[in-house]
Amino acid sequence: MAEVAEQEKVVKAPSEPLFSKKNRKLVTDPLTDNNPITIQVLGICSALAITAQLKASIVMTLAVFFVMGVGNVVISLMRNIIPSKIRIIVQLIVVASLVIIVDQVLKAYSYALSKELAVFIGLIITNCIIMGRFEAFALGNGIWKSFLDGIGNAAGYGLILIIVGFFRELLGSGTLLGFPVLGNPVEKTGLYALGYENNGFMLLSPMALIIVGILIWVQRTKNPALVED
Amino acid sequence: MGLKQNLHNLKEKYKGTKMAPAFNAIHTFLYLPNETTHGGTHIKAADDLKRTMNIVIMALIPCLIFGMFNAGYQHYLAAGELERATSFFSGEFWNMNNFFIGLKKVLPLVIVSYLVGLVVEFIFAVIKGHEVEEGYLVTGMLVPLIVPVDTPLWMLAVAVVFGVVIGKEVFGGTGMNILNPALTVRAFLFFAYPTWMSGDKVWVHDAVNRVGQPDAISGETMLGSLAQNLEPKYSVWEQFMGFIPGSVGETSTLLILLGGLFLVFAKIGSWRIMVSAIIGALVMGLMFNQVVEFGWITSGSKFYGLMTVDFWQHLLIGGLAFGIVYMATDPVTGSQTNKGKWIYGFLIGFFSVMIRVFNPAYPEGVMLAILLMNVFAPTIDHYVVQGNVKRRLKRLKVKTA
Repeated sequence: MAEVAEQEKVVKAPSEPLFSKKNRKLVTDPLTDNNPITIQVLGICSALAITAQLKASIVMTLAVFFVMGVGNVVISLMRNIIPSKIRIIVQLIVVASLVIIVDQVLKAYSYALSKELAVFIGLIITNCIIMGRFEAFALGNGIWKSFLDGIGNAAGYGLILIIVGFFRELLGSGTLLGFPVLGNPVEKTGLYALGYENNGFMLLSPMALIIVGILIWVQRTKNPALVED
Repeated sequence: MGLKQNLHNLKEKYKGTKMAPAFNAIHTFLYLPNETTHGGTHIKAADDLKRTMNIVIMALIPCLIFGMFNAGYQHYLAAGELERATSFFSGEFWNMNNFFIGLKKVLPLVIVSYLVGLVVEFIFAVIKGHEVEEGYLVTGMLVPLIVPVDTPLWMLAVAVVFGVVIGKEVFGGTGMNILNPALTVRAFLFFAYPTWMSGDKVWVHDAVNRVGQPDAISGETMLGSLAQNLEPKYSVWEQFMGFIPGSVGETSTLLILLGGLFLVFAKIGSWRIMVSAIIGALVMGLMFNQVVEFGWITSGSKFYGLMTVDFWQHLLIGGLAFGIVYMATDPVTGSQTNKGKWIYGFLIGFFSVMIRVFNPAYPEGVMLAILLMNVFAPTIDHYVVQGNVKRRLKRLKVKTA
């Protein structure tokens, strides 16, 4: 009982409105000036691996949304009772359970897609963004703030994923979400009639790295304050 | 007051404005700038970057001209309208019909390469406010020489933008790049549009359009046919002279050899890199020959064709010679120390032949080998320098002890 009371006190302590400027910043910052991929350079693996198709990027984004949002809340709820010596194990168990839920739901309702994403759904567990946010934020902040932080970081991650996925699918396969937007490469319609060809390099992982690199470049050119020495 | 003086005055007048670098680039291309040295150094050498680049281009011109003739020669030969040339000065090869085909196909490649590359360079110079460097002069000439003759121009343009921006400008422009920009362009083309960069239909002009027709052309390169364990169609002599299908300017080992000697004579290219790369290729070739000799690989193996090639013949086929002479010796991306150059060159030759034999899907091992060693060049230099430091420290200790 004492613990519950204590927790309530912690939650109530900051008596600021739900969408105060500070709280809004938790969501918007990771989208731009504190983006998990382009600024913190976390979660690059999955950004390289699954962005060849826009659909896969979107599903991955949703999965990370779920895991980040719920995971941050759960860790934040338990933050006062987790012994700090075993906190990594606790965090891993939380992520693992959430990832298994996502995996099972995908297998049940969208088997083909889960085949396509294959091991990478399972590998969300090792996505540095998630452990990083648990460690850096959820362990020290209230439920609502942790939730916003989780959502914000997932959005920042997803934003980059979707931008990269958009360019890779458009230029690599000439489609968007599987819909042929540039014409049919076999029957030579649309752009292909003019001699255009899909860029096979776009489908290879190095190109994802290069696109992420270009995004980082563009972002830092626009905001020189972000440039590190 | 001549044109030169007028340009100088214009330059002074518009100093510091936004488009000044673009103007200065044209100016310095035409005339020696009237700059005096600032700071402490007052030694002036004639071989500035511009001179260096021009000498490399001079060494490349014969390859370009030969490439033009060869484009037409291969086309007419495959179409059955020509006899095979029998000597280097054969009229079958050096005739105007051949040259016009080549001119029509190769000149646009050269123009697109220079135009796109220089526009990108100018844009970056204007944005960053630095002078346009002459680095692209050589890259722009190398690019058309290392692509198949039928490469669509828009592909080349896309690849050049990629090569110049990602291969060079992101690192800070000429002199800062890690990878050879011309090879970055080719690597981009190779991975982006593999159907236009490999196979047996791209090396001879017009071969693509004739697929399926009765007079279809098979324009297999030497490497291509060897990788499929086919009997090569060209004699060693033809390989040496360069009367074989291949990328535009890399076929003639004879002219490359002359160009290489010229570069060494002009002290532009490093003879250490060239010699050690040749040794590396020969060593690897010899090893493969021995493998066959010992009977570890039999004619059933898919490596048999390339492994049985006489070790010295590897130097004649594919782009190995061209890569060694004009690309491995790039002073920016290669090793800087003398000992480093030996290691760097040796490994380029060694890996080139290894990739070429073991991975028939990537017939052009030279490109990948040079790019790989470009990445390792700074590491090699670091260890060479550290090794030297350690040796001298030891010597010092012995003396003082």
